[in-house]
Amino acid sequence: METEVRVIGRVLVVGIWGELDLNTAPSFRSAVEEQLDANPDITDILLMMQEVTFIDSSGLGVILGRYKRLRPHGGNVIVVAPSPQARRALELSGLASVIPICDTEDEAWAKAVGV
Amino acid sequence: MKHGPRLWGCNLMSVKNHVTLEFPAVPENVEFARVAVACFASQISSFTLEEIDDVKLVVSEAVSNTVLHSYDVSGGIIRLSAARCNDTLTVIIEDFGKGIADVSQAKTPAFTTDPDRMGMGFTIMEALSDELHVSSVPGEGVKVVIRKSPHGAAKDSDDKEV
Repeated sequence: METEVRVIGRVLVVGIWGELDLNTAPSFRSAVEEQLDANPDITDILLMMQEVTFIDSSGLGVILGRYKRLRPHGGNVIVVAPSPQARRALELSGLASVIPICDTEDEAWAKAVGV
Repeated sequence: MKHGPRLWGCNLMSVKNHVTLEFPAVPENVEFARVAVACFASQISSFTLEEIDDVKLVVSEAVSNTVLHSYDVSGGIIRLSAARCNDTLTVIIEDFGKGIADVSQAKTPAFTTDPDRMGMGFTIMEALSDELHVSSVPGEGVKVVIRKSPHGAAKDSDDKEV
């Protein structure tokens, strides 16, 4: 699993590659938390998930945890273009009914409040 | 119905192949376990790629549960068996750790002691398996039995008992 992070305005963009599970979720979480701690103005996270080849509830839990962190401040976590496996896992877990999933980046930017 | 010798809950004669692996309950082995089972499952050629992904997710959840909850000290053993009985895949994941005092409570959605976890593991496993059996003797371990057949494949009714 690899991540690439970039702060654009008040939005944290996180690119994720590979498999998100019990073994790799902690480094995904710390990559995101590091940015949130360093940039308290961040309102939204865009998770670019087209290259996620596998995700299970350990990875989904990290997404839910960041949602819980941003939500009280009016922000959101937005999943962008998830791979078919990731979309299925998001739906089965019920996370898809809480967190917006966008097919395109443009759609996601329109949803982010902090642009 | 007359039953002959049985293996993995299947009629002995219908077992086409089987593997058993043992490895320590550590996070690195979660990927190993799901990839190994996916590789084995792909011998059932009527499984779709999506169904193989579902098998990977179920195994990943089950093995993660074991890594997280079964042993107080690291290095406890997970025994993973996979068997192919005709076109039915059976996966058995066993540990020899603390066990679960209340299996039905552990299976409840969002029952978790960790705020950063989904508590959805069992729900996902149940949704994606044709059959899921969890049994435990406190102090002796947990046994999870998962069965899955390719969608639309005719099930051998003699292969359904655990």
